[in-house]
Amino acid sequence: MVKTPSPCLNPSAQGTPSYDVVIIGCGVSGANIARRLSAYRLRVAVVEKAADVSFGTSKANSGIIHGGFHHPKKYLKSRLEIQGNWMFDRLHQELGFPFKRCGIIVAALHEDEMKAVEHLYWQGRENGALGLELCSRERLLSLEPQLSPEVVGGLYAPAGGIIEPYRFVFALVESALTNGVHLYTNWKVVDAHWNTEKKEWRLVNQEGGSLSARFVVNAAGLYADEVSRLFGAEEYIITPRKGEYFLLDRLTPVRPERVVFPVPSALSKGMLVIPTVEGTVLVGPTADPALSKEDVATTAEHLDIILEAGKRLVPGLNRNDVITTFAGLRPVLGEDFYIEPSTKVPSLIHVAGIQSPGLTASPAIGEYVKDLLKAAGLELTEKPDWNPCLPPRPQARNLSPYEWDDLVQNDPAWGHLVCRCETVTEAEIVEAIRQGHTTLDGIKYFTRAQMGRCQGAFCTYKIIKILMRETGMSYEEITKHGETSQILRGAL
Amino acid sequence: MKDLYYDAVVIGGGAAGMAAALEIERGGHGVAIVEREDFLGGILMQCIHAGFGLKVFKEELTGPEFAERFIEAVLQSSIAVYLGTTVTKLVPWTATNGGGDLGREQEKGVSTSPFPRWELFCVSPEVGVFRILTRAVVLAMGCRERNRGNIRIPGSRPAGIYTAGLAQRLVNIEGYIPGRNIVIIGSGDIGLIMARRMSWIGCTVQAVVEIMPYPSGLTRNIVQCLDDFGIPLYLSSQVTNIFGNHRVEGVEVTPMERGVLIREKAFRLSCDTVLLSVGLVPENELSRTAGVELHPSTGGPVVDSRLMTNLPGIFACGNVLHVHDLVDWVTEEASFCGKQVTQWLAGKMVLRQVPCRAGANVRSVTPNKLNVEEDNPLYLRSMIVANETDLEVRLDNRVIKRIQKSHVQPSEMITLSLGKKELEGVREDSVVELALLPHQ
Repeated sequence: MVKTPSPCLNPSAQGTPSYDVVIIGCGVSGANIARRLSAYRLRVAVVEKAADVSFGTSKANSGIIHGGFHHPKKYLKSRLEIQGNWMFDRLHQELGFPFKRCGIIVAALHEDEMKAVEHLYWQGRENGALGLELCSRERLLSLEPQLSPEVVGGLYAPAGGIIEPYRFVFALVESALTNGVHLYTNWKVVDAHWNTEKKEWRLVNQEGGSLSARFVVNAAGLYADEVSRLFGAEEYIITPRKGEYFLLDRLTPVRPERVVFPVPSALSKGMLVIPTVEGTVLVGPTADPALSKEDVATTAEHLDIILEAGKRLVPGLNRNDVITTFAGLRPVLGEDFYIEPSTKVPSLIHVAGIQSPGLTASPAIGEYVKDLLKAAGLELTEKPDWNPCLPPRPQARNLSPYEWDDLVQNDPAWGHLVCRCETVTEAEIVEAIRQGHTTLDGIKYFTRAQMGRCQGAFCTYKIIKILMRETGMSYEEITKHGETSQILRGAL
Repeated sequence: MKDLYYDAVVIGGGAAGMAAALEIERGGHGVAIVEREDFLGGILMQCIHAGFGLKVFKEELTGPEFAERFIEAVLQSSIAVYLGTTVTKLVPWTATNGGGDLGREQEKGVSTSPFPRWELFCVSPEVGVFRILTRAVVLAMGCRERNRGNIRIPGSRPAGIYTAGLAQRLVNIEGYIPGRNIVIIGSGDIGLIMARRMSWIGCTVQAVVEIMPYPSGLTRNIVQCLDDFGIPLYLSSQVTNIFGNHRVEGVEVTPMERGVLIREKAFRLSCDTVLLSVGLVPENELSRTAGVELHPSTGGPVVDSRLMTNLPGIFACGNVLHVHDLVDWVTEEASFCGKQVTQWLAGKMVLRQVPCRAGANVRSVTPNKLNVEEDNPLYLRSMIVANETDLEVRLDNRVIKRIQKSHVQPSEMITLSLGKKELEGVREDSVVELALLPHQ
C-alpha cells in the first residue's frame, strides 16, 4: 500500500493546529501563495474543499501565458500579468511543468480591425510587454501558415506561451509541501471566528474539524464572496462566467504553432485557437453567464458557435477531430483583480475576482500577497534550506527508446502501457497516486491517461485496478472527482 | 535494446490477428503476434454472449469459446507471441539504423531472410523496449468506440458515462456493476447486448435512444436484447443533454422529425448511468503515423486486392480495415490476408488490378482494388434501408453481375465474391463500381 506523498498532505488535525497563515482555496492563486510563503520560516496551511487541488476554476481554462497587451495599464492585473509572464521561465526550470513560449498572434480579418490591433500594440508597449510586433498579412502568414488566407494583419507577442494549468498547480503544491506547507483536501470552511485575545482566526470545516491562523488568505475563487461573508468581511458578489471549449485530437493536421486570438470584443478576448503544450488543440472559450457556480454544462448552441469561430481563424479545423468538450467558470468581480487586506476584519487578505489573465499573473500574485502579509505584520525570515526544485519526472511519451528501456529494466511498470492514446505507463499512474491524486480526474490531470482520443474507454478499468492495488481503496471509494462521483455501483 | 527478426509481424492478437498469423505460418514463414493485453483473443474475451461462429464453425459459440479455438491453434504453432507488449512506433527499416543481431536470435519462428523492410518499436514489462525487424506487417489492431466528445452531446460531465464496451469489460471481466438505472445512447450491437446483460444482472434499462430512423445494430440483437426484455427503442431521437454534477442524474431526449429536432417534444429520463454505443472507429493511429493512407468512408487503410496498404509490405485486415458486424467475416478476411502475405513474401506479384469503388446507395467497399486473375472477397455497406434491392456490379458502366437482395440496411454488411470470369474484358483504365438499386 502506498504512503502518502508527504506527511504534509492531510496531516491528522488533532485538536486545533495553529498556523501563521492559512490559505483558503488551492487553485493557481492559492498554490502560488503557498509556494512563495514556503520559502520562509512560517507555519502555513492550505485548505481545499475539493478532493484534489486545481479542481475548480484553475482546471478548465485556456492554459495561456498572456502577452500583456489585452488590458490597460491602470489595472493591477496588467502589472501582475507582465510580472507573472516574466516569472515563468524560472518556475519552469525549477518545477518542470510543461511550458512553452510559443508566442501569441492576434489576427485581424478586416482592415477595420487593424485599428483595434494598433491599440493593443500601444497598450502592450505601455504595460511593458516585450517584443511586441505589428504584423502585415505577409509577416503573420509566415509566422503562422495555418491562418486563414483572409487575414489582413495583426499583432505578434513572442513572450506569450502555453502551459498545462493543472500540472502547474500540482507542481507548485508539490514544491510547497516539500518545503513544509500543510495541505488539507476535502476541507471546506463553514465557519470562522476572530479570537481577539490570541489575535487569531479559528476556522471550522464541514465535519467540525478546526485550524487556527494568525493570517488568512481568501483565495477561494468562485466562492471568495461566500468565504468573505463567513468572516464578516466585505460584501461582494462573484459572478460565474462560463467558457466552453472543444478539444481536438493530437493527430489533427491543422495544429497551429502559436496561440491565435481574434481581435477582442468589449466583453472578452474572444474565441481562440490554442495549440496546447501537450500537442492537442483547444478551441474556445465562449463568455456567457453561468446558471450557478456549479454549472459547467456545455450547450449545443455554443458548441456550434465555437467551432465556426475557430474556423474563421484557422479554416482547416475539423469536427471529426473533436475528442471532447468541456466548460469552465471565470470568477468575475468587476474589471480588475481584488487583492487587498480586509478593511472590516483583521488579518484577512482577499484574493478575489481572479479571472483572465489570472493564470499568467498567478506567480506575481504570490509575490504581491507575500508583500501584503509582510505589510500587515507577518515577519518573514528566509529558510536557509528552502528547496525551489522538484526532481525531474520522466514521461514515456517523451523518452527515447534507450532511455525508456533503461527505466523498464529498473521498474517493469514502465513497460506496461496503460493509456494507449497518450502513451502513459503504469509507473506514471503509480507516481500520480503517490503524489496524492487518488481520483480518476486527479490521475488524468497528472498523467494525461484518459485524456486522449478514446477518453478512457480502454484505460479506465486498468487505472481503477492500479488505484485499488496501490491505496487499498475499495471499489466503492473510487470516484471521478470526489464527493458522490462514484464510478462503480456494485459488484457481481 | 534487443533486436529480433521475423518474416512477418502481426500487430494485434484478436480474431483477425490470430487468423492472419496462422495462415502466414502455414505458408512456411516466421511470424510473430504482438498483443498489448496479457491474453490473446482481443475483445472477444469480454463478449461472453453466444452467437459467434455460425458461419465459420456452423455452431453457436460465445466469444471466449470462439477465441479459444484460434488460441489453441496459435499456441500449437510456431508463431511467436508477445503478450503485454505494445507497438509504439512503426517505421521503415534503414540499414543506417543499425541492423542489430540479425540471424543470431534463436527465438521461435525466426527466419534467416536478410531483407527487412519495417521496424517496430515494442515495449513490455518483461523485455523492456525492443525492436522487431520484418519484411511484412499485418495491421490487426481492431477498432475503438466513438465517445461522447465525438458526437458532442452537451451537458455536464459527471461520473456514470461509459462506452458500452468499457461497461462490458467492467461487468464481464472485472465483475463490477457500473450503474443501476441505465439509458443507452445509440443502437449499436455492443449497446444492445449490454442492454440485455445489464437487465440480467438486475439493473433497469430505461431506453435505447437512436438518432437514425432505423436501428444501427443487427436485427437479431434488436429482437433478442430489447424486444425480449421490453426495453423501449426511441428511433429518430437524440439525447440533447446530460444532467448531474457528480453522478449522472438524467438525460434529455428530443425527438426528431425529418432530421430536425422538435424541441417542444423533448422529455427527460432519470438514470444514474449513460452507456454510449454510437459507432466504432478503426484504430489506425499507429498506421497513420507510419504513413498509411486511410479511406475517408471506412476510416481504415486504402488497400489493394491483397489487402496491402499504400506502403509495400504493410497489410490490414479485420476491424482495423473496416468495421465488421460478425467475427466470422473478420476471420474470413484475415485468413485471406494471411494468404496474400505469404504469397507476397514468396515474391509473387499481382499482375493486373482494377480499382473498385462505391456507387449508388453504397457507403463503402473493401478492398479498393480487385485482382483480375483470381477470386476477390468483397465487403460493402449500404446507405439505405430497403426491401427487394438489386446489388449491381458494373465494369465501366456495363452490368457484369446482378444479385437480388431481399433486404438491405446499413448495419448489415453485404459480402460477395468477384472472380476472373466476371472481370473479363478489363482495360488499363477500367473501374468496377457497386451499387444498390431498390426496385421501384
